[in-house]
Amino acid sequence: MAGVSVTFTVNGREVTATVDPRTLLVHFLREHLKLTGTHIGCDTSQCGACTVHLDGRPAKSCALLAVQLEGAEVTTIEGVAGPDGMHPMQAAFKEHHGLQCGFCTPGMVMMGIDIANRHEAPDEATIRRELEGNLCRCTGYHNIVASIAAGASSMRG
Amino acid sequence: MYPFTYHRPASLDDAKARLSASEDGRPLAGGMSLLPTMRFRLTSCADLVDLNGIEALAGIERGDGHVRIGAMTRHAAVVESPEVGEAIPALAALAGSIGDVQVRNRGTIGGSICFADPAADYPAGLLGLGATVNTDRRAIAADDFFTGLYETALEDGEIVVSVDFPVPARAGWAKFGNQASRFAVVAVMVSLSGGSVRLAVTGARSHVFRVPEMEQALAGDFSAEAMDGIAVSSEGLNEDLHADKDYRAHLIGVMAKRAVRDALAQ
Ligand code: FES
Ligand code: FES
Repeated sequence: MAGVSVTFTVNGREVTATVDPRTLLVHFLREHLKLTGTHIGCDTSQCGACTVHLDGRPAKSCALLAVQLEGAEVTTIEGVAGPDGMHPMQAAFKEHHGLQCGFCTPGMVMMGIDIANRHEAPDEATIRRELEGNLCRCTGYHNIVASIAAGASSMRG
Repeated sequence: MYPFTYHRPASLDDAKARLSASEDGRPLAGGMSLLPTMRFRLTSCADLVDLNGIEALAGIERGDGHVRIGAMTRHAAVVESPEVGEAIPALAALAGSIGDVQVRNRGTIGGSICFADPAADYPAGLLGLGATVNTDRRAIAADDFFTGLYETALEDGEIVVSVDFPVPARAGWAKFGNQASRFAVVAVMVSLSGGSVRLAVTGARSHVFRVPEMEQALAGDFSAEAMDGIAVSSEGLNEDLHADKDYRAHLIGVMAKRAVRDALAQ
C-alpha cells in the first residue's frame, strides 16, 4: 500500500512523515515519534486514555488516522508542561492523588485541561458528566474529580 | 485494518469523482463508527475518501422555517449553535447526548445518518422532526431515508450534503443510554407542528421507526397522559445483554412520556 505524506504540528513542532494510511494517530505518536505518554487502554474507542488535543479540542487518537492530520495542530501530554515544570492540571493530580496506576492519567489530564478551558468553575456534577469518555479502573474517580476542580481553579490563577 | 488507498479531496466534485472512479469506495466523515469498525476488520474498502477537508459541507444556517445543518457539521457545533438552540433546542439536546466530549468533537451528523446504526441518536432526530436529507443528487424525506439495519436509501457513491430540519412548534428529546457506549437503549424524539405530531424511536429495532398510535393520541391532546394505556408491542424489538424486548417495549412508553414532558417544558 502506497505511503501517504502528511505534515502537521505536534507540541509546537512540525512533523512530516510518509505513513501507511492505516496508521492510527495514537500509533504514529507512540511508535514514530516515541511520544509514549499517550496511552492505548482499549480496542473500542471508549476509554479515553489516548485523548490528545486536536486543534484545541480533545479527541481520541485511536479513532483518527495519522493521514487525516494534514495541517492540524496536536498537543499531547508531553506538550502541556511549561518551562517552569508541570502544567497546573498535572500539579493538581499530583497534589490530590488523582492517580493510582497512572494508565488513564494522560487522558484525564488532557480532558481536565479542556474542561477547565470551557467551564468557569466546574462543579462536581459538571466534571463527572464531562468525563463520560474517560475511564479509570483504579481510583473510583473521586480524586480525579477533586484534581480537576483544583487544577481548573489554579489554571484561572 | 485491511489496506486501502486514502483520498483527501478538497471539494465535493473531487470527492464524487474519486468515489465514482472506485469499484469499492467509501466516504469517511467523522470516523467515530467507521474507523473502529474498520479496525475490527468488520468492514473494509479499497478507497477511503476523506470528506473532512471539504469546508462547504460543514456549517449551520437558519433558513425560512427550517435549520440547515451541513453533513460534516460536528455534534459539538450543533450543541453550541445559537441557531439550533433557539429554533430546535431538542435537537441540540440530542446532539449533546451522543457519545462523549471527544466523540462529539469529531462525529458528524452526515456520518451518523449514513452509518445508520440501529442505536444512533440522529436517525430519531431526523424522523421525529420530519427532516429532509439533501444529497449531491436529490432530496430524501427522513421517512424514506432509513431502510434497515445499517441501511439507507443512498445509492452507490451518493453523498449527503446537508439536512434540513423544519422548525417545530415544540419538540422534545428523551434518551435511555447505555452506560458504557452511550448509544441509545431506547430514545425518542417527539415534535408538534401545526396540530400534527411525529414520534420516532431509535435503539429498539433494526432501524428507527414512528409510533402512529402515540402520534394520534398526542395530536388530540399533547400531554404525557394522552399516551396512558398505549402499550407498544415487544414483537420484533431488539434483544441484547443490555435489555430484552419486553424491557425495551416498556422503555418506549417511558421515554415517549419524558420526551413529551421535555417538549412541554420548552
Ligand atoms: S485507546 Fe482510545 S479510547 Fe481507548
Ligand atoms: S489510575 Fe489506574 S486506570 Fe486510572
